[in-house]
Amino acid sequence: MTDHTSQAELVRRSLKRRYRKERRFRAYGIMAIAIALTALITLFTDIVGKGYTGFLKTTVTLEVTMDPDLMYLDDPTDSKQVRMADFVSPLVAAVDDALPGATADDQDALRRLINPYASTELRDALIENPEWMGTTRTMSFLVHSNVDVYVKHKGDAAYSIKLTEQQQSWVDELRERGLIETGFNDVFFTNGDSRDPAKAGVLGAIVGSLLTMIITLVLAFPIGVAAAIYLEEFAPRNRLTDFIEVNINNLAAVPSIIFGLLGLAIFINLFGMPRSVPVVGGLVLTLMTLPTIIISSRAAIKSVPPSVREAAEGIGASKMQVVLHHVLPLALPGMLTGSIIGMAQALGETAPLLLIGMVAFIVEVPEGFFDAATVLPVQVFLWAGSPELAFIERASAAIMVLLAFLMTMNAMAIWLRKRLERRW
Amino acid sequence: MNTMSSTTINQVQAPEEKVMPVTEKKPEDTVLEEGVTVGTPFADDPKFKLRDVEVFYGESRAIKKISLDIARNEVIAFIGPSGCGKSTFLRCLNRMNDSIDICRVKGGLLLDGQDIYDPKRDVVELRARVGMVFQKPNPFPKSIYDNVAYGPRIHGLANRKSELDDIVESSLRKAGLWNEVKDRLDAMATGMSGGQQQRLCIARTIAVSPEVVLMDEPCSALDPIATAKVEELIAELSESFTIVIVTHSMQQAARVSNRTAYFHLGHLVEVNETSKVFTTPEHELTESYISGRFG
Repeated sequence: MTDHTSQAELVRRSLKRRYRKERRFRAYGIMAIAIALTALITLFTDIVGKGYTGFLKTTVTLEVTMDPDLMYLDDPTDSKQVRMADFVSPLVAAVDDALPGATADDQDALRRLINPYASTELRDALIENPEWMGTTRTMSFLVHSNVDVYVKHKGDAAYSIKLTEQQQSWVDELRERGLIETGFNDVFFTNGDSRDPAKAGVLGAIVGSLLTMIITLVLAFPIGVAAAIYLEEFAPRNRLTDFIEVNINNLAAVPSIIFGLLGLAIFINLFGMPRSVPVVGGLVLTLMTLPTIIISSRAAIKSVPPSVREAAEGIGASKMQVVLHHVLPLALPGMLTGSIIGMAQALGETAPLLLIGMVAFIVEVPEGFFDAATVLPVQVFLWAGSPELAFIERASAAIMVLLAFLMTMNAMAIWLRKRLERRW
Repeated sequence: MNTMSSTTINQVQAPEEKVMPVTEKKPEDTVLEEGVTVGTPFADDPKFKLRDVEVFYGESRAIKKISLDIARNEVIAFIGPSGCGKSTFLRCLNRMNDSIDICRVKGGLLLDGQDIYDPKRDVVELRARVGMVFQKPNPFPKSIYDNVAYGPRIHGLANRKSELDDIVESSLRKAGLWNEVKDRLDAMATGMSGGQQQRLCIARTIAVSPEVVLMDEPCSALDPIATAKVEELIAELSESFTIVIVTHSMQQAARVSNRTAYFHLGHLVEVNETSKVFTTPEHELTESYISGRFG
């Protein structure tokens, strides 16, 4: 009897200790998650805080008088005349008109308030609407990137303001009168890269990324899945297949820049493919993604319960039928998840693409797989390294676009898995 | 504390000594001669003619020179202690051992006079003739209809939807499942109860119209009521199929089979009419086993 109570006492004491241990264990877990969440939140606030201005553009609204004498232009349909014409002067005159305090000596300072590409916009508008010649119209133009920085980051020590004090007072005056405004930066999503931050956009990089990803997906998914199925279902277990397996696992751990070197040596130097094109980028990323897809696909195939396989074999299904009708449908969600994670990795990859020339400055939005292009992470890399401060906020904005793409892909992976998953 | 735990050990040990007195010769010590089976292992014009069958897993020999005939339309039960090789032997009959790399089968295995292990033999055709039901119910994660229709579909047994419908219905009727599922043929098979799943697996097997149905402990995962239903079904199926059933339950073997084969450590010890095996077994090992002295 005494033994009995003492034993119960012992158990109770050990229970207390066990519960304490459990609570401590739980606390460690919560701490780990808290640290991870804090890091994530800090990262996101920093990126969004620095980058949201990248999604804003600054425009100036001007009363432009299209004076034929000032522009040396009578007929905007005559391309020869257009080439010789002066589209800057009417803009400067319009700014001058808007600012009564400016004098004739200030022409240069006034001109530097407007975006250098504004004259091109005016020219294009006139070619489209020749009847505007000689009239006065209210038009909106991008401001100079220095003005853009001043408007967005006045008083921010991180940005140096490159406007003279007089220019600053003009901008302040125009803003007060509502002529200089900030709005949604559609230019950022409709343009390729540019030397002028105000005109620079990510469309070229987005299209380049899409083209590269299409090549990667079209090549890596079928090859990876086929390799996984063969290795898992059909290949005999011997030294050769063991060797292949070890090497696939090793390839998954090879630094991505090595794949870039390989692409440079094989695809560009040996096969003579062009530089900077999405095809080569896609091929390199395919090589990089393949091990990930093969490994995750094999794991997915392995996780199919042997009972399903046996059941099909028991009724006389051939090997092919067992794989196609039973193993693949059950393994597909896992395969897709692995592939999308591999693709997400490839989408964020920069290093191998630098080596095959996708780091070039490309203004045009690529139209095909053989057009020179760059991709989103490389665009971020380019802008982040730019000496011009206005590019920094573009880089942050591009990071947000990239993150949005990655999150979409991950969401797609989860959705696909949920949809295709079947329980047994 | 110490005194208490020592008494417990003594209490546990005492009854064991009573069951197995040291003086009696243990049945496990009996030396078995290879290839010798008492009783009536052979039959005229058998469905399966199996001679000197040996199965190796790597270096170890799981089946030691077993010879046995399985007659047409009989129900033969394989019984024996765990690890005696009865399941391994059963799986040789439709080459389900093929997928195990280290498994090798030697000896003569003939189905209707044709060698089962002929390298030129088509395994798919063999398994269409010799179907199998497994220990754990393993329906495909598809609808009830698709489960039953799968075999006929891959073997091209039905040309039209109506023919397939007929096969599915008659198979489910034979498996005694039709009335329970006829209103929900599109429901997932994995949502059924264990007993229903196992009967569905039997329906799936007989939908291909095999000549032989192999059953590897088909009731070991089922409750007594579901077991009774499956046993009833086996009795009905024996009219049209040859059935080989591996079972751990001697009562089950006694209830469903015509003949019973007793396996021991890879040997086939005795084959006889079921009634004879359970009343007057010829071999001392069989007697020890059915009287529950080991197993």
